[in-house]
Amino acid sequence: MQNNLLLGLLKSRRGIIGVSIIGFLLLLSAVAPLIIPIESYFLWNDPDYWINNPKTAAPSWTNLLGSKEFEHISLDSNDAKVTSESSEGIRIDNYEFEINMQADTFPDDIMFLYSAKYGDTPPVLQIDVKRPDNNTFTVYYSSLPAANNVNSTFSDRIFSTNENVKESLKQYQSLFSYSISSLEPQVVIFSDTNKPNVLKGVYQISERFYLFDNFSSVEDAGLILGGKVFGIMGTDDLRRDLAVGIIWGTPIALFIGLTVSIFSITIGLVYGVVAGYRGRRTDETMMRVNDIFYALPTLPLLILLSITFGRSMFLIIGFLLIFSWMGTAKVIRSIALQMRNFQYIEAAKLMGQSDLKVIFKHIIPQLLPLTFASVAIAVPAAILAEAALSFIGLGDPSLPTWGQILHDANTADAASRGIWWWIIPPGLMIALTGLAFFLIGNTLDAIANPLRNKNKRT
Amino acid sequence: MFLVLFATLLITVILLGPTLDKLLVEAIRNQVIDEVNQGNLKFENPEERLSYINNQIQFRSKTSGLDQDSFTPSKLIHRVVGVMTLDLGKSHFFTTDYGSSNVRDIIFEKVPKTLLLFTTATLCVTVIGILLGTFVASKEGSWWDKSNSVFAIFSNSFPTWWVAMLMILIFAFTLHIFPARATPLSSPSDPGYLVDLLYHMALPLITLIIVSFGAWAYVVRYFLINILNEDFIHAKRTMGISRRKILYSHALRNAGPPIATSVGLALAASFGGAIITEAVFDWPGMGKLYYDAIGVFDVPIIIGLTFISTVIFLITIFITDICYTLLDPRVKGN
Repeated sequence: MQNNLLLGLLKSRRGIIGVSIIGFLLLLSAVAPLIIPIESYFLWNDPDYWINNPKTAAPSWTNLLGSKEFEHISLDSNDAKVTSESSEGIRIDNYEFEINMQADTFPDDIMFLYSAKYGDTPPVLQIDVKRPDNNTFTVYYSSLPAANNVNSTFSDRIFSTNENVKESLKQYQSLFSYSISSLEPQVVIFSDTNKPNVLKGVYQISERFYLFDNFSSVEDAGLILGGKVFGIMGTDDLRRDLAVGIIWGTPIALFIGLTVSIFSITIGLVYGVVAGYRGRRTDETMMRVNDIFYALPTLPLLILLSITFGRSMFLIIGFLLIFSWMGTAKVIRSIALQMRNFQYIEAAKLMGQSDLKVIFKHIIPQLLPLTFASVAIAVPAAILAEAALSFIGLGDPSLPTWGQILHDANTADAASRGIWWWIIPPGLMIALTGLAFFLIGNTLDAIANPLRNKNKRT
Repeated sequence: MFLVLFATLLITVILLGPTLDKLLVEAIRNQVIDEVNQGNLKFENPEERLSYINNQIQFRSKTSGLDQDSFTPSKLIHRVVGVMTLDLGKSHFFTTDYGSSNVRDIIFEKVPKTLLLFTTATLCVTVIGILLGTFVASKEGSWWDKSNSVFAIFSNSFPTWWVAMLMILIFAFTLHIFPARATPLSSPSDPGYLVDLLYHMALPLITLIIVSFGAWAYVVRYFLINILNEDFIHAKRTMGISRRKILYSHALRNAGPPIATSVGLALAASFGGAIITEAVFDWPGMGKLYYDAIGVFDVPIIIGLTFISTVIFLITIFITDICYTLLDPRVKGN
């Protein structure tokens, strides 16, 4: 029977679509820890972790459609050409970054990152930009802040809005044919001298550290050019990479959906079989209880439960279980009601087998194929319910779930601000997952459900 | 039905009772401290002042029954009656348009707006669903039929509130046809208020309709096709009754009861989704209030809203039952 089920699933077109979507999602969940750093999962809500990303940047493929926006660049010392020279006791460490500027718009901001170890005499940092038109701008020239205690590493970042940067750029006014006094530094650095446009070409930006004693050293240097487009899915207001959130959301959604549906169907199965098999007063009482649960308003009570007991993922799974077993129980009960009059069941009873044994050895195995179908059909509801809870702000706050991402989007008014890349992907993922399980469940149900098959024959 | 209502109430009160008690004691403390700060009472030293405040708090908690454990029967009954009459005291964060912070006033101001949106949507969906479902059933297997099934499956997989966000993105941000915020800007006493309200209602309404009419039509089609294959329909056809008449008066009439039940249940279930949709659109109804109340943890409002939405939920089921008896003469006989 199980083999028939699998064969039937792969024979129908709907089944194949469903299976391949699930396969893709499982693959995504499996490779997630390999392709993205695991900290991004735990530090999803930590703004510090995402500080190097641009704020609310669109996906970078949008550049193919319209004007070419500046794509976010984040470089560290591995991307730099590092040279070191020393003369008259002064050591010069030079980190040179090469940037090929081809966009039509300027970067949003520039950040120069450094991290250095030094003692009483702080090193001096000089930042030069060598432009494609062979002008070299000295953007920054200053000593690093005095060290508090010797031999500690000092990390900081210099923003392009820094006064020092603005002052240094003023001396290059003579090169420009128009006034640059009101322009932001990141605009001036990348501007054509004749017209206020981007000067395309290769820029060499070097961070030059003058070190005055032997135990001073530069640990790291970096350069970040804030862009308007970033990655395959862009970023949100908190600079988080949405692609990372979407990928991490997949295993969580699958886990919640499958756990809730498997457990709730199991509960419903046992409940329904017991009620149907025992019949009479047991059946009557159990079905009344079922009716009461059926008529409880799910969402308000879910809200109450998570407000009172907390919002961890396992609690939420438990809450969802409370409200999801009734449908299966009803269907299974009506089937069990018919089955208990089957001859082989009666024979088993006459042989003196206990009720428990009859239920678990003879009835439930017959119902398993239908159970698989029900499990698949129940998954979308569980995923939707979890997403709804997260959306109203009652999900597990530590997890990057799709509902959580949409909650953040709604809080930030993403829809009325037109930030479509924050809204469309998570919702599509929810719908895609739901759709896949629904298709599989429907196909299995058509094969396995005795009630449905009977209807078809008449 | 009343059993369910009572069960929900009891669960609500048991779950949130202790929290409500804590909040009420907190309110009394603030009140006492206020009085002490502003009153003419003179104290010798800080200790005396503190002991006076504590005595006052204890005295007042006792008179309002707050010192008892939340789960004593008398208190539970008292609470349940309080919830049923919506006697829940004052909200800490919300007021009505006219400035009252009484929980009952706030909830009663919001309920009509939710009902307005929800009932209008339901009526529209019913009409569209029945018409489309009948049309599709009459053309079983056609392109229309197939695309309706696909649409139904898709629209069922999308969360309503996500479609709501998309609608804002399309109609408010890109096309500028409807406002993104559904709260009317004019004041309720303004003569143009109703028009303004309806204009702001358009987008939420369209969303609710789009999301559910496909599934409705699918259900109607499913039951209609089952009926159309029955012998009495074939008999009627051989009698020469027109196709159209058979479809609309005989088949639809017979498919009525099962359609009413399945759709009624779906409707009751979609009420929850409608609540969240309201929050997305900022429609000034219960859902928005729920969303905001959860945000600031305003327990009296949450308890009251849970109760009211249970009542509305049960009324929906009840109306479905009545429709069923009206549509199915056999039930009336019994």
